[in-house]
Amino acid sequence: MTVLTTDLRLLGSQKAPTGFADRLLAHVGMADSYARFETVLGGVYVAWNRLGVSAAARSESAAAFEEWFRKDVGRPIAPSPAPADLAAKIEDELTGKRRMRFDLRGLTDFEQAVLRKTYEIPRGEVRPYGWVAREIRRPAAVRAVGTALANNPIPYFIPCHRVVRTDGEIGNYGGGGPEAKRAILTMEGVRVNRLQELARAGVRYQGVRTTKVFCYPTCRTGRHALAKNVVWLRDEASARAAGFRPCKVCRPAAVA
Amino acid sequence: MEAVERHFERMVHEHQDRVFALGLALTGNRHDAEEVAQDTFLRAYRALITYPPDRIRELKQKAWLHRIAINVFRNRIRGVRPRLVELNGSESDHTPGPEAQAMRRAEMDDLAARVAGLPARYREAVVLRHVQELSYAEVADTLGQPVGTVKANVHRGLKLLRGEDDDRTDN
Repeated sequence: MTVLTTDLRLLGSQKAPTGFADRLLAHVGMADSYARFETVLGGVYVAWNRLGVSAAARSESAAAFEEWFRKDVGRPIAPSPAPADLAAKIEDELTGKRRMRFDLRGLTDFEQAVLRKTYEIPRGEVRPYGWVAREIRRPAAVRAVGTALANNPIPYFIPCHRVVRTDGEIGNYGGGGPEAKRAILTMEGVRVNRLQELARAGVRYQGVRTTKVFCYPTCRTGRHALAKNVVWLRDEASARAAGFRPCKVCRPAAVA
Repeated sequence: MEAVERHFERMVHEHQDRVFALGLALTGNRHDAEEVAQDTFLRAYRALITYPPDRIRELKQKAWLHRIAINVFRNRIRGVRPRLVELNGSESDHTPGPEAQAMRRAEMDDLAARVAGLPARYREAVVLRHVQELSYAEVADTLGQPVGTVKANVHRGLKLLRGEDDDRTDN
């Protein structure tokens, strides 16, 4: 009698399997799910929930990704089989074919504004930190923009790698350091070396003599100008003095 | 996060082991136990989001979850007989601990399988009384049966578990 009931009591102290609670919370949409995807950037861990993609990182292991997510995003997370179409959506997003939904809850309004603005930068182009600050009407907050981008929970998807320093240095990158940033930009078709040479020579804008418009060097509107019509400009004042107006697409300066 | 969701999250963390253990004793294997536990909490969640705040506050969570788990379990066996032998490797996330722990675990699985071999009415009574350690009154309440019936079923269930042949055969 006693042996049996003691054993039965022990049976009652068996523990639920590891991760049970988080899987359950993920199932009802209260925790994020994640899986590892093979992408153009190699293996990337991606977290999602019913609002969209919530985080991405090229972590070394699933455990490292979970730890980072819990600490950084602050929600429970559980591994999960990916929805059937998610891999294709991720590939399309990373190659610029389609746009996804993101979950930016938990970030401040300022951080969200920075990331939304950054998301507008087209593939193959770059903008300075100051551009993001000016565009979100916080022109003095350049450093804060840098911090917000460094804390981007969804790098690669929200292209913080497309924001670079005005002096032509590539700048830091939370998604794997300056080398990774350079590699991703190159993959997207940005001529990083040329960009750096221009910046070191003190050139910030490209003007086109025939249209009298000046752009950031990677802006798509200036891309097809004939070489003989291109003028290199050092700053906004000299550009305006020479009769150029800022491009309405890349907005290198406030459009008057 | 909404109040209901916070409430549910706390409930899951507080009761997951208890509900899982209940599932393990009822179904006899960890795979099915996890399913029962999961279904139990999912049902609880769907109910909670329809309850007014007062009702949520006054809820006797433990008893409530037991009742739901018993119902989940009953619905399952209506269709499928519980598997008495669990094949190895059904769960991937189990990290085997020290040897003693693994032995204990094997013993527990063995015991769970034996309990799961009991006819359902004895099984429910024995599990709630001796695995979950509810009082007879609580078991009676959870199962919706008179206390006398519960006592008899527990007694008979334990007898069967001990391998003492009963004079009556079960149908």
